[in-house]
Amino acid sequence: MSNSRSDLSPDRKKIVTDPLRPSDHADSAPAADEGRDDITSPRLGPVEWLRWGWRQLTSMRTALVLLLLLAIAAVPGSLVPQRGADPNGVTQYFTDNPDLAPVLDKLSLFDVYSSPWFSAIYILLFVSLIGCVLPRTKHHWKALRAQPPRTPARLTRLDDHRDVTVSVPGGQDASAVAASAVETAAAQLRKSGYRVARYDGRGAFSVSAERGYLRETGNLVFHIALVGVLIAVGVGGGFTYTGQRVLVEGQAFTNSLLDYSSFNPGRFVNTDTLAPYSMTLDRFDVSYVPPGQPGSGQAGDFAANVTTLTPDGQRQDGQVRVNHPLDVQGDRVYLLGNGYAPTVTIRNAEGVEVFHDSVAFLPQDANMTSLGVIKVADGMPEQLGLIGFFYPTMDTLTSGALTSTYGDLEYPVLTLRVYAGDLGIDDGTPRSVYTLDPTGMTQIAGGDSGTPALRLMPGETQELPNGLGTITFENEAPAGTTGYAGSVKRFASLSIHRDVAGPWVLGFATLATLGLLAALFVPRRRMWVKATPHGDTVRVEYAGLARGEDPTLAAALDQVVERHRPTLPAPTDQSPPSRPASDDQSRPDTGKVD
Amino acid sequence: MPGTDPLLLDEISLLLVWTAVAIYVLAFIAYAIDLARRSDLAIKAKDEVVARELVTAGGGGVIDASPRPAASGTSSATPRYLWARMGTALVALGFLFHLAGDVLRGVAMYEFALTGTLLVVAVYLVVLTRFDLRFLGALITGLAVVLLGGATLAFHVEVVPLADPLKSVWLVIHVFVASLATALFALAFGLSVMQLLQTRRERKLVLAASSDAPAPRRNFLQTLPNADALESLAYRFAIVGFIFWTFTLIAGSIWANDAWGRFWGFDTKEVWTFVIWVLYAGYIHARATRGWRGTRSAWLSIIGFAAVLFNFTIVNVFFKGLHAYSGLTT
Repeated sequence: MSNSRSDLSPDRKKIVTDPLRPSDHADSAPAADEGRDDITSPRLGPVEWLRWGWRQLTSMRTALVLLLLLAIAAVPGSLVPQRGADPNGVTQYFTDNPDLAPVLDKLSLFDVYSSPWFSAIYILLFVSLIGCVLPRTKHHWKALRAQPPRTPARLTRLDDHRDVTVSVPGGQDASAVAASAVETAAAQLRKSGYRVARYDGRGAFSVSAERGYLRETGNLVFHIALVGVLIAVGVGGGFTYTGQRVLVEGQAFTNSLLDYSSFNPGRFVNTDTLAPYSMTLDRFDVSYVPPGQPGSGQAGDFAANVTTLTPDGQRQDGQVRVNHPLDVQGDRVYLLGNGYAPTVTIRNAEGVEVFHDSVAFLPQDANMTSLGVIKVADGMPEQLGLIGFFYPTMDTLTSGALTSTYGDLEYPVLTLRVYAGDLGIDDGTPRSVYTLDPTGMTQIAGGDSGTPALRLMPGETQELPNGLGTITFENEAPAGTTGYAGSVKRFASLSIHRDVAGPWVLGFATLATLGLLAALFVPRRRMWVKATPHGDTVRVEYAGLARGEDPTLAAALDQVVERHRPTLPAPTDQSPPSRPASDDQSRPDTGKVD
Repeated sequence: MPGTDPLLLDEISLLLVWTAVAIYVLAFIAYAIDLARRSDLAIKAKDEVVARELVTAGGGGVIDASPRPAASGTSSATPRYLWARMGTALVALGFLFHLAGDVLRGVAMYEFALTGTLLVVAVYLVVLTRFDLRFLGALITGLAVVLLGGATLAFHVEVVPLADPLKSVWLVIHVFVASLATALFALAFGLSVMQLLQTRRERKLVLAASSDAPAPRRNFLQTLPNADALESLAYRFAIVGFIFWTFTLIAGSIWANDAWGRFWGFDTKEVWTFVIWVLYAGYIHARATRGWRGTRSAWLSIIGFAAVLFNFTIVNVFFKGLHAYSGLTT
């Protein structure tokens, strides 16, 4: 391992070109009193305590412990359902574990990632990170403009050290040979990307060279970019909104708060100034794997074909597909789901139309058995509520229950249970359009009512029970269509997002990755070439020192030697430059470790 | 593949994959025998060897008593590990069957486990050309057998068209890079385990030298690099793996943003990918923290890989249940 520590450093003085590291970094020199417990510490005043605390917080060990704590703290969120990712799971958890759930809730275990303890860990981690990075940045800024450090007096003390003694050709001055050897070495090192400085004196000529400043730059960029990611998420989230909207084929919506079925704005979103546009769902496409083939019945190639209309009258066709959201005026439209929306017309006993709409039925299984609710508030003697099942390809199970066996419209059937009474919507209580609470209503068709549930195919009309009127399941297929293709409209569930944070997060993440690459793979190293004239010979020494992980230092030093030697006069003996024994570690099986 | 029966191709693929598993089992056996024979070799070599005490620079008191066969001896300048060679040859053969089985499954997307283990073996074979890590062969082949065999038993399903959300180039990149990272973490894990064993052995050697404590039994560890070299190599694999894992996170987030409209949502798979990233970030920090270098950081590398394996199984279960797009469930 050619990795070195600063306690081997040739110069015990603070070297400005060294990265400034926390005192417990493996590469910084241990404090003089470290490991001695016989020291009686002086009494600390509040300022000293603060400084001590700050140094603790910004130490490597604290950062490490906080990192590990962060990893451990993140785990519970994968074991317990989270409100953010899986709200239904949380509800289910409360139902399944009525005793345990409130306790876990008190510990914020259903909101781990916004919990006080999780936040405390990452905020401390980032404070520690900033506290470490800021002084390092300042220091590195200086180092970037500093000279490589003075050549150590005894290069032989370094692990990676080579030397060769050459004889001065007749008629030449040993000092001149030494000077020119160092000059050549300096030029060669400069050419290979080293920053060089000449240090001559005390009867020797030397060049000190350093490279790999990018390593520390990358390190700092990586950490600062992580802070950038956090800020982008925190601030950008405030300007982000998401809204959901279900659109039946032929329907349109305008991008305003009123037209969304649900809307989650960030803290700083002004809901009055949403990008003005409207969007119509023209057609929803889906394909099914035909029966008899592997994966039969599997649906795919979902595509919502939409037309958007901007205030200046520009019409544009677009498609929203899974993995391919549509960009509209800075918003992105995602396809969340789809299903059938049977069109139903209800007339009262006088033949007056009291209900006509396409109602979105929510799919319950892979074959699109769908559940929906129709509410008739006016025009009937009593309010009506209908709970319907829609089967795109109906079949009867041996139990007599109905089911759907295929997602496409092969044999579409709509069944409805009918309730009469008070829908409970007149007093302004908000009720979901997808559920019906039949408490207090009388069932007049289906179940135990004595009247069978209504059962309709597209285009069919039936009498409602008790002579209330008629109900029609409209066939929406264009005239002349054979079969049931297109007989029932589809709906698409769209999610509209404005994501301000995303591009920033991606930018900072990319920056962090680039920084990481530099910080981990650019070697920071020093090289010295020193020539000392002795009578009619010149001793040329080469030494390298790694600043941080650098497994290829020895090879790099060999290269420096190889490139420099041809420019020297012949050595005194023909032996190759000597290598210290420590390089010759016994590694019988992996000779290529270095 | 027009004109061919996908079912027939699937059957051939399954046959190829099981053949690959069988060959990997043979390779595993060969590697295990190799490790056992290395301790034999070590004992035999004892007589020819002048045990050298070598104090590594900076470490202070680490003794490396690895056998250095006498340079003059023609017998075994470098020991030839016959069984390890056989193991490697078998792995290469198994890899070919594995590759064929994967290709016949269709695009490399069908089985994440199939492609993932394929890449693990590929990385091992590529690394072998630069570093002699055959002493990790038993680990890698064992891993390949368990993951590939387990996945084929547990997750093998008929070839079906890909569900819509999985048709994403970012997902391909995501899975590909994650598999590469897993392979590198696996190698780092193996090296860290060896490092811990080697550290223990070296400590015993020091003890034996300074007192009359019994010297540790000679075993295969003697034929391995010293603990420092093992640690340095483990670190080098782990940092490359860490870079790949960072790409994994980013590519996965881009895909999630396209598919679900949010790049990060703390679902199970995302949480574990994050946990692993943080664990290896911790490992890299530990390597640079005084008092944590060596044994402690090696444990972090081991814990990190345990999390990777956990995530691997979780992810498979997760993808198995991904039918959300066949219908709406709001």
